Amino acid sequence: MSATGLGASVKRKEDIRFITGKGRYVDDINRPGQAYAYFLRSPHAHATISSIDVAEAAASPGVVAVFTGQDVAADKVGGLICGWTIHSKDGSPMKAGGHPILAQGKVRYVGDHVAVVIADTLAQARDASEKIVVEYGVLPAVADPAKTVGAIAIHDAAPDNTAFNWHLGDKAATDAAFAGAAHVTKVDLVNNRLIPNPMEPRAAVGDYDSGTDSITLYTTSQNPHVARLVLSAFIGLAPEHKFRVIAPDVGGGFGSKIFIYAEETVCAWAARKIDRPVKWTSDRTEAFLSDAHGRDHVTHAELALDASGKVLGLRAHTIANMGAYLSTFASSIPTYLYATLLSGQYNIPAIYAEVDAVYTTTSPVDAYRGAGRPEAAFVIERLMELGARETGRDPAEFRRQNFVTVFPHQTPVIMAYDAGNFAGALDKALEHADYKGVAARKAASAAKGKLRGIGFSAFIEACGIAPSAAVGSLGAGVGLWESAEVRVNPIGTVEILTGSHSHGQGHETTFAQLVSDRLGISIDNVAIVHCATDKVQMGMGTYGSRSGAVGMSAISKALDKIEAKARKVAGHVLEAAESDIEFKDGKFTVKGTDKAIDFASVALQAYVAHKFNGQELEPGLKESAFWDPTNFTFPAGVHICEVEIDPDTGVTTVERYTAVDDFGKLINPMIVHGQVHGGIAQGIGQAMLEGARYDDDGQLVTASYMDYCMPRADNLPSFQVDTIETPCPSNPLGIKGCGEAGAIASPPAVINAITDALGHEDIAVPATPAAVWRAARKRGLRQAAE
Amino acid sequence: MVQVAMTVNGKAVSANVDSRTLLVQFLRENLRLTGTHVGCDTSQCGACVVHLDGKAIKSCTMLALACDGQQVTTIEGLAQGGKLHPMQQAFQDNHGLQCGYCTPGMIMTAIDLVSRKGNDLDETTIRHELEGNICRCTGYHNIVKSIAQGAREMAVQPQAAE
Repeated sequence: MSATGLGASVKRKEDIRFITGKGRYVDDINRPGQAYAYFLRSPHAHATISSIDVAEAAASPGVVAVFTGQDVAADKVGGLICGWTIHSKDGSPMKAGGHPILAQGKVRYVGDHVAVVIADTLAQARDASEKIVVEYGVLPAVADPAKTVGAIAIHDAAPDNTAFNWHLGDKAATDAAFAGAAHVTKVDLVNNRLIPNPMEPRAAVGDYDSGTDSITLYTTSQNPHVARLVLSAFIGLAPEHKFRVIAPDVGGGFGSKIFIYAEETVCAWAARKIDRPVKWTSDRTEAFLSDAHGRDHVTHAELALDASGKVLGLRAHTIANMGAYLSTFASSIPTYLYATLLSGQYNIPAIYAEVDAVYTTTSPVDAYRGAGRPEAAFVIERLMELGARETGRDPAEFRRQNFVTVFPHQTPVIMAYDAGNFAGALDKALEHADYKGVAARKAASAAKGKLRGIGFSAFIEACGIAPSAAVGSLGAGVGLWESAEVRVNPIGTVEILTGSHSHGQGHETTFAQLVSDRLGISIDNVAIVHCATDKVQMGMGTYGSRSGAVGMSAISKALDKIEAKARKVAGHVLEAAESDIEFKDGKFTVKGTDKAIDFASVALQAYVAHKFNGQELEPGLKESAFWDPTNFTFPAGVHICEVEIDPDTGVTTVERYTAVDDFGKLINPMIVHGQVHGGIAQGIGQAMLEGARYDDDGQLVTASYMDYCMPRADNLPSFQVDTIETPCPSNPLGIKGCGEAGAIASPPAVINAITDALGHEDIAVPATPAAVWRAARKRGLRQAAE
Repeated sequence: MVQVAMTVNGKAVSANVDSRTLLVQFLRENLRLTGTHVGCDTSQCGACVVHLDGKAIKSCTMLALACDGQQVTTIEGLAQGGKLHPMQQAFQDNHGLQCGYCTPGMIMTAIDLVSRKGNDLDETTIRHELEGNICRCTGYHNIVKSIAQGAREMAVQPQAAE
């Protein structure tokens, strides 16, 4: 392994600009003559709009234009779309309500877009927005996903507020398994609604060039090409060849910047209408209201066991809150990214899942780090923990007893696990977590009046999203391959154009490590180009832990072609048969001789084209590739959380947190560990701190950092993170993806630890001090600890 | 419009601004020093932390006018003569950043922390002192390590006074 090759913890190249304040985020971009957009948002969760009077606002100082839904309709601007069609049990397609970029006659959540004011300054736009007079007819709000039945219809297209009733698995076989069970474990779970909160709020600058009739949109996107595709082909702003989308440095996404939103769309559309650049930057409260939220499931689940502790079957019924509209990939999250993972790491013969996806008068819900898979892990890992406790089994050994051990393994819910070593991760995790010492630590805590608990989570996820034909057969509107282009310059430096997008993942370093490894050149001589649709031809972006497994596989495939061509050039230069050329450590040599030429010199020879016939071998050294995966990848691992509770106050501290993950081959262990740390923090946040709350009127009462508890440094411990390595067989690099694992694994580990400490008293998430205190009192543990 | 003048990163600057202009807006919009970020509306995330007369403040909660005649240091003013400040270097060495958005505020807070609490910082102190800086990417694990290293290095590499 070289110092900068695959497997090396190379310090990140991109850090230099970020630590010196030279990053270039969308809000750092200003275009000459730009105007500023401010959105007037609905203060009501659900209301008809009978009139909007913009006259006074339009006449206010500095105001360039005020647009409403009428202007959008007059220009025939299409609505926002949901790109994954789910079919209900009865075969009918999901009922997608219209999603205009500015409200047309009705608003459906607090924060819904009513009008946009565009002015010379942001302050002028904001001031003028207060002069818009809107007549609302307020309707009842429906915020609770368990209370949509019989409530007032939010969309005419879905009179029962249900987008789809979907199912997966074999109901009859599963019912039969339960009929023969010696023990059935049952649980009711709420998977709390989360608000993603990347630290950079969304932003957009729309820029129209009337000379070429083309639009440039600078936007905070995880997938600029998908944004262009949707804005062009479905919303109809401009054809793709006259539409450029640039997502420069992006300050975190966690899923929330995948989607095509109203604000960015309006900036691009309005820039042409007023023939001036239009800029919008979300403030934090707007982000809370209008970024797509995550999770929000209400689930009843059951696990059937035989007398020996073997799992016979699992069934689950879930109500998934979709919010007021179906966001870009919303329908796929509680279906194919959720129920397909309900087998966990276990050999479960029969599984049946039903999902009712309902509309509520709340912000749209879509993918948030993990996206469906944390919800699945929460169901299966809570059930496994409870199953072990109810039958008096050790939770670690109960899991081990049911692990899948033979690969490939076909689950009853679509997924075919290709490789894994679940017991290997468990063993290592038990050792790191000093499981043998837990009884002594519990006793030590009890001696000082505290309650200590330990919780397990043996998670699996499906990443490397995804084989195009497979997802197409399940309703996806796009293919999920990735593209790459390798441009070798005449002096041997390399530019990699990738359809993946980095917004914190460190691609400029890890992708360069792959090139360095393959071509034997310094990572300093590699540039990664990843953010603009006019540079990179097409790509599918970054989400679902896919950029390593899919994006780098595309680069690897293109590098294969580069190497093959460079061998031919080297053969001509060295006057040897191509079959005699060997390539190692950046040098081409003729087998059995001392004749050699380095990679940079071959690059130059490819471009000067003096040593070969340009009709037989094309000059130049540039290759591209599309990589379409043959399977999902299956990162898996075991996380163990240990908490201590003060029963007098409910204050819970995470005392130890151990993660042992199998991500296959690692490109850069330092970056992998960093991804795991961040994911664990978000998962601990979900389990103990974070939760979006709506009141009965549909007002989001957690719309600032004063009300929504983001994890702070002193809420978290340092984490013990390690890996095992079972290479992924379905891609050339053997990598599985690590971006979401921490957020998937950790919530059940934490809740299992807290409920262990609380003597198995169930607790709702987030397990705040107040909730823990109440649970401890209910169980009488306050007295017991004393 | 009113005249405001101050010293930013050692350079005298002045401008006519709307009296409601915040320091962070003055830095970002007037001076084009875009390393200082805005991450919230409630003075809690800390992405906007700069030093005012050598002390950390949240520039989103300070009027530019209130800084008239004072010394401001931003993330862009830390590296001297092409050499990174030890706290900047520590963040790279320890993978203390991912998306980079909170990073300038984290580094400015960390330097202030060292000036108040010294060069030998334990984990509990660092975590407690970061209450006003939110990071969504790193889980703070490597930020804590970065600050501990940066603090130690600051003892051996003397810094220019702000």
